[in-house]
Amino acid sequence: MKKIHIALLVLIAASIAVLISFLKTATTYDSINIAMSKPGKFVHVMAQLDKTQPIEYDAVKNPNYLRFTVFDSTGARFQVVYHNAKPDNMEMSDKLVLKGRYENDHFECKDIQTKCPSKYKDNMAAAKKEAASSTSGSTN
Amino acid sequence: MDYIGEHRLPGQLGHFFLVLSLVASLVAAFAYFKSAHKDMHPDAPYWKRLGRIAFLIEVFSVFAIFGILFYIISNHLFEYKYAWQHSSRSLEVKYLLACFWEGQEGSFLLWSVWHCVLGLFLLTRKKEWEAPVMSVLSFVQFCLATMIAGIYIFGWKMGSNPFILLRDSGVLDSAPALHLDFDVSKAFRPDYMLSIKDGNDLNPLLQNYWMVIHPPVLFMGFASTTIPFAFTIAGLWKKKFGEWVSDTLPWALFCGAVLGVGIMMGGMWAYESLTFGGYWAWDPVENASLVPWMVMIAGIHTLLVYKHTGYSLRATHLFFILSFALILYSTFLTRSGILGESSVHAFTDEGMNWQLIAFMSVFVLPALGLFFKRYSEIPAIRKEEATSSREFWMFIGSLVFFLSAIVIIAKTSLPVFNKIFGSHIAPPENPEYAYNQIQVFVAIILGTLTAIGQYLKYKQTTSGFFWKKIGIPTLIAAVAATLILVFGDVNYKKETYGFMIAIWGAVVAAVYAIIANASYLWLGIKGKLKIAGGSIAHIGFGMVLLGILISSSKKEILSNNIEGAPVAVGPNEDPRDNLTLFEGIPSKMGQYTLTYESDSQHPKKELWFYNIRFKRNDGKEEFMLQPNAFVNYKGREGLMANPSAKHYWDHDVFTYITFLPNPAAEKDTAKFNTSIAKAGDTIFYSKGFIILDTVTSQSNLPEEIFGKDGSLQQAVLKVHAKTGSLYTISPKMARAKGETVALPDTLTAEGVIFQLQNVHRDNTIELGVKESAALSKFITLKAYKFPFILLLWLGVIVTATGMLMSMFQRITQQRTKKQAGA
Repeated sequence: MKKIHIALLVLIAASIAVLISFLKTATTYDSINIAMSKPGKFVHVMAQLDKTQPIEYDAVKNPNYLRFTVFDSTGARFQVVYHNAKPDNMEMSDKLVLKGRYENDHFECKDIQTKCPSKYKDNMAAAKKEAASSTSGSTN
Repeated sequence: MDYIGEHRLPGQLGHFFLVLSLVASLVAAFAYFKSAHKDMHPDAPYWKRLGRIAFLIEVFSVFAIFGILFYIISNHLFEYKYAWQHSSRSLEVKYLLACFWEGQEGSFLLWSVWHCVLGLFLLTRKKEWEAPVMSVLSFVQFCLATMIAGIYIFGWKMGSNPFILLRDSGVLDSAPALHLDFDVSKAFRPDYMLSIKDGNDLNPLLQNYWMVIHPPVLFMGFASTTIPFAFTIAGLWKKKFGEWVSDTLPWALFCGAVLGVGIMMGGMWAYESLTFGGYWAWDPVENASLVPWMVMIAGIHTLLVYKHTGYSLRATHLFFILSFALILYSTFLTRSGILGESSVHAFTDEGMNWQLIAFMSVFVLPALGLFFKRYSEIPAIRKEEATSSREFWMFIGSLVFFLSAIVIIAKTSLPVFNKIFGSHIAPPENPEYAYNQIQVFVAIILGTLTAIGQYLKYKQTTSGFFWKKIGIPTLIAAVAATLILVFGDVNYKKETYGFMIAIWGAVVAAVYAIIANASYLWLGIKGKLKIAGGSIAHIGFGMVLLGILISSSKKEILSNNIEGAPVAVGPNEDPRDNLTLFEGIPSKMGQYTLTYESDSQHPKKELWFYNIRFKRNDGKEEFMLQPNAFVNYKGREGLMANPSAKHYWDHDVFTYITFLPNPAAEKDTAKFNTSIAKAGDTIFYSKGFIILDTVTSQSNLPEEIFGKDGSLQQAVLKVHAKTGSLYTISPKMARAKGETVALPDTLTAEGVIFQLQNVHRDNTIELGVKESAALSKFITLKAYKFPFILLLWLGVIVTATGMLMSMFQRITQQRTKKQAGA
């Protein structure tokens, strides 16, 4: 066997090993109930902001403390604490991807991704708004 | 029905050219195919001529489509969905092109335009390769044309047409005001255009000059991967294995330079206008364009090996095929909406997923099939390469680069994996580290190979020669790297010690690559700049590596908020990164004192600029940064911030707004609470307490202002805020011409207004206290320090320059060879 083939095999084996170890460090997308059932484990949770509950954030007092409530499709809910600035479009988002772990009585969040309604729907809303505002001058 | 205010002609012309380009590209592909397939047949030249004519018609159509769409956007013809969706009247002219490529259709069109330009260059060159290469290129063009065709075939929509009218697009269907009798089931009103006054506008994050120039460069890079691919396929098809390498090399070098610059321009855009605090986040969209570049670079190196020694031709085939295949895969990833959960900036799903998959399969499967079918026919040398030869290590380097690309794209494909297998695997807790911990070792290997590669000779290198040449550069590099590590304090302690040591190793390798290649300019090629392209590109690559390593591992958060954090930072938690600044109140942040001085608004848009003065605590320097933010832009609630940076040669100070008080909530609704007090009394309010110091009265006042019995009362108050600050405030009250006028005093930092409402004879006062959040104008920001980011940008420029130098040198070389042959 040529040296270059040995190198090839070794490098390919190394790449596969890297990918397997990557899968081992990978986490999971979980529901709120499952996240709560494994406290301390890092998970991704897809949920929606509960707008009936207060969003605790006062940038004047502490810009690095945000507390809010979310619920998911199963109806389960928990409180989330995020030690960072409040994501600007959080109230408008229709979905939040929360990354963190459930601890004690809340979800300690390291990162939030906000998913806004798609641009297309936005357009619809804007068009409707515009249309509504233009009705005044039109009789037919 | 005729509609008032619609301009139908551009759209009709556009439709015509869309169809023409679709047909012409198919004809070109077919004619060139016939010509290439039977190149000995007497009909072959006729087919070739037909192919050429069809291709020229195709070029004309694509340029026409491009021109018409740009006309529609720049003239604000909002009856077309594309203009309405992506632009607006208030948009600056310089961003009109950015609107053009904001949408899927425009960016496909841009890609297609570059193919036309490259195809025209190809036509003026190599005649013997014209037919098979142009056949492949025209077929790619045909596939791109289907993406923007917008034709229905048996009820199945093919492509998305950029010339579709707004009223046909479905957007307006549910707006009763635009329909006859306010009934959405009826036709549109003839004057519906009167209601469409302005467009939806370009996403504010894309309103940046990098967005005007980055996509064209990137798509030129995408388009240019097609040429080496087309040559490879042509060679396999006509069984002229490897005869195309000299023709392909300049194209491959061009592609490497342009695609590389395009990717890094994307990084600069991210750095300048996004707020993740950096230029690279291993985002799927970034990875998807990086990986084809890496494979292209691997291909360039194996191609050089083949050219000089005859080895590695099979690998070159595979790399050029896969580079193009990965471009198609990246197109699929970013445009299918499959990345939805995991990427910030992918296109949304336009319902073209099957078409995208078909686009990918129609090239990748036959190409790989042809490659494996012909595999054993592709010439390869049986004899083993010597381990002291340049080709051996170049091959190893290419292989490492290639496999590292495969590892990156495999990790990036997690959402695809989830989709296929229905699993719910998510990225690791620290996704960036998951990439970095592997790629740092790739950097060590590649840095070292880049350093020693050119000192090795093809075929065989004697160790005496090698060490004599490389000895001195190695010594200099060792000293330089040691100095950097000792004095540069490159200690990245966030992850494991092993990782920190690996970073040290990579820094050494990068420095070695820079110095060894710089030395080679004198030791190896004796300063002959003409052939210095390779060395210069390698110096640039070393600079890029070093820039990445230092700027990322020494990135510092300046806005660590130490004061006022109610909870201590736990062992695994990130530091508190955000700092709130009140207007006019200096706050300490690391070695700087920051003051939020003022803000101003863009004359036309809801874009606000915040002036923040940075003053070094040692008094040596003062500067102003002006991060900006779109606030409630076009009725979309929220804040979209753009950072601002101060550049030094060795670092950047970088800041952006993370939170603003909601301007809608600023309406003053609080009322004055009145308290009665005399000197020495204490009045409490929610954020502290107030002590009434003195009450004074003045009566000797100018009569023309105050009238006859005018007086002016003043109360001096000491305000003790909860934060520990003490303020002196003096509200006044004037009696002038029989009227009482209160002259309140405002304590902005605490958001409190004091109003002297009455002063009794015994000097007791009635004091009104109003607290309002609206008063405390503040911003919350994050600030970073990025060291040596300039080194990275410079490195990119140097690498690209080196590659382009090589390209020109190869072109001249070929020309002289041809002249000598003729």
